[in-house]
Amino acid sequence: MGMTISQKILAAHAGREYVEAGELINCKLDLVLGNDVTAPVAISEFDKLGLKEVFDKERVALVPDHFTPNKDIKSAEQAKIVREFARDYGIKNYFEIGRMGIEHCLLPEQGLVGPGDLVIGADSHTCTYGALGAFATGVGSTDMAAGMATGEAWFKVPESLKFVYYGQTPPFVGGKDFILHAIGDIGVDGARYMSMEFTGEAISNLSIDNRFSMANMAIEAGGKNGIIAPDDITLAYVKGRAQRPYTVYQSDNDAVYANVFEYDVAKMEPLVAFPHLPENTRPVSEAVHVMLDQVVIGSCTNGRIEDLETAAQILKGHKVHPELRVIIFPGTQNIYLEALRKGYIETFVEAGAVISTPTCGPCLGGHMGILAKGEKALATTNRNFVGRMGHPESEVYLCNPAVAAASAIKGRITAPWEIK
Amino acid sequence: MKFSGQVYKFGNDIDTDAIIPARYLNTFEPAELAKHCMEDADPDFPVKVKPGDIIVAEKNFGCGSSREHAPIAIKAAGVSCVIAKSFARIFYRNAVNIGLPILESPEAVDAISEGDTLEVEPKTGRITNLRTGENYQAAPFPEFMQEIMDRGGLIEYVRAKVST
Ligand code: SF4
Repeated sequence: MGMTISQKILAAHAGREYVEAGELINCKLDLVLGNDVTAPVAISEFDKLGLKEVFDKERVALVPDHFTPNKDIKSAEQAKIVREFARDYGIKNYFEIGRMGIEHCLLPEQGLVGPGDLVIGADSHTCTYGALGAFATGVGSTDMAAGMATGEAWFKVPESLKFVYYGQTPPFVGGKDFILHAIGDIGVDGARYMSMEFTGEAISNLSIDNRFSMANMAIEAGGKNGIIAPDDITLAYVKGRAQRPYTVYQSDNDAVYANVFEYDVAKMEPLVAFPHLPENTRPVSEAVHVMLDQVVIGSCTNGRIEDLETAAQILKGHKVHPELRVIIFPGTQNIYLEALRKGYIETFVEAGAVISTPTCGPCLGGHMGILAKGEKALATTNRNFVGRMGHPESEVYLCNPAVAAASAIKGRITAPWEIK
Repeated sequence: MKFSGQVYKFGNDIDTDAIIPARYLNTFEPAELAKHCMEDADPDFPVKVKPGDIIVAEKNFGCGSSREHAPIAIKAAGVSCVIAKSFARIFYRNAVNIGLPILESPEAVDAISEGDTLEVEPKTGRITNLRTGENYQAAPFPEFMQEIMDRGGLIEYVRAKVST
């Protein structure tokens, strides 16, 4: 029987020819990731093992991105634990402020993940790397600790769901809308314990940045991983970056799927996910009555250069609505620099937006843009749970960067074609 | 081992931001986290929960982030176990890894009401409702996960492995 790309990657890392959905297997890991929230817990667990070394100094990545630059004393203490661990254990891929970025933008950019890799990260959006044809999944801190110690982790081989996107993509529609469409269709637990495989003509034509946005939100449907088989676009991206050899896998024609969904993208319009679940999606044209207090553009979902480019094109020559705050946070220092060189940062500042250093910041209600009671934000982030961006009685709406930029101008949720 | 405690019932898709809001993640001190456990779902929960109490929830409990702070907060609040129709994948994994008993049983969740007192035997998956006298059976853990739980969590399990 054929295997899906996810099965193939797991089998290869378990030293097996074939693995079946539902099997519990032990796998070798290519990379283990943690951040300033999850790594301190992992480090305290790791310490209990009394080991002198991690399994491989080059295959552990530590990215303090959530509450950095340190927002208060407690977060400074947490960041310090990570920094000292990195120094004491000679962790090569520790990224200090000034060289860092949001982990899921940073690791692919730095070439730390490649096609065919098996990656665990103590962060749920580790699934982002599936855009490169890697099997990447979020775990907790204890799994991270065990992974750092042994270079291995246990997995239940997931069943796969196949999502076929066909047709010509309309303007202002992108990867964010493709994934929101799927989440709206199957619900926030529609892919629970399962692998989400994205394919079809519209995916073949999709840029790498848009693919990252898609794979990023597999977890919002409960997925174990999201994955796109590598093609020329993938290989063009990893070329010259990949720090390790990589392997390209494709699903077999006779691979088994628990279900197949087909979507005609030509019929899609940008989507907005209403509070308080990413599955509450509506076409932007049905959301234009929502008045806003804040617009946030950035995060591991939409903080890459193409996202900033889209926002800059719409904002150019316009002003942010006087009753609204706009916060833009580039995903990494390199993205920041590129945006600066291309003039996007100038456009943003002229429009009246504020630019933040790369950080998770407002995305998780950490710092740099917390909402007060009753306030509404439109964000290009990935979660709109109760209290996600601040007060439990605030609201978050999710969308793509074009909708966010257009809305910033009008002060309410706005379809990008309304801006002339 | 058997637990008994009073039930607090919650709805569908209780996410990790409701279990422990990110604004408190600047620490991982269990007692600190316990003070805010379930706060955004029920602001009174941290005050009223008693040692041994049981969380019963509908589907997809623990969806969202991978923060282990979520099961840690629940455990540190004194909750003896969580019963739900289903759990989000990472939460499930984390609960096993830190040794927080969790059970999946849609029948039990439908039949149990807020305030009921339950007796639970995690190893066999047997749940008894002391108010109604009814019994429900949750699927026991696969052997491998039971072994992790028996050792008190993944770290102890790994310690046994690395030292042999
Ligand atoms: S940007 Fe948001 S979703 Fe992404 S890693 Fe940071 S907190 Fe998590």
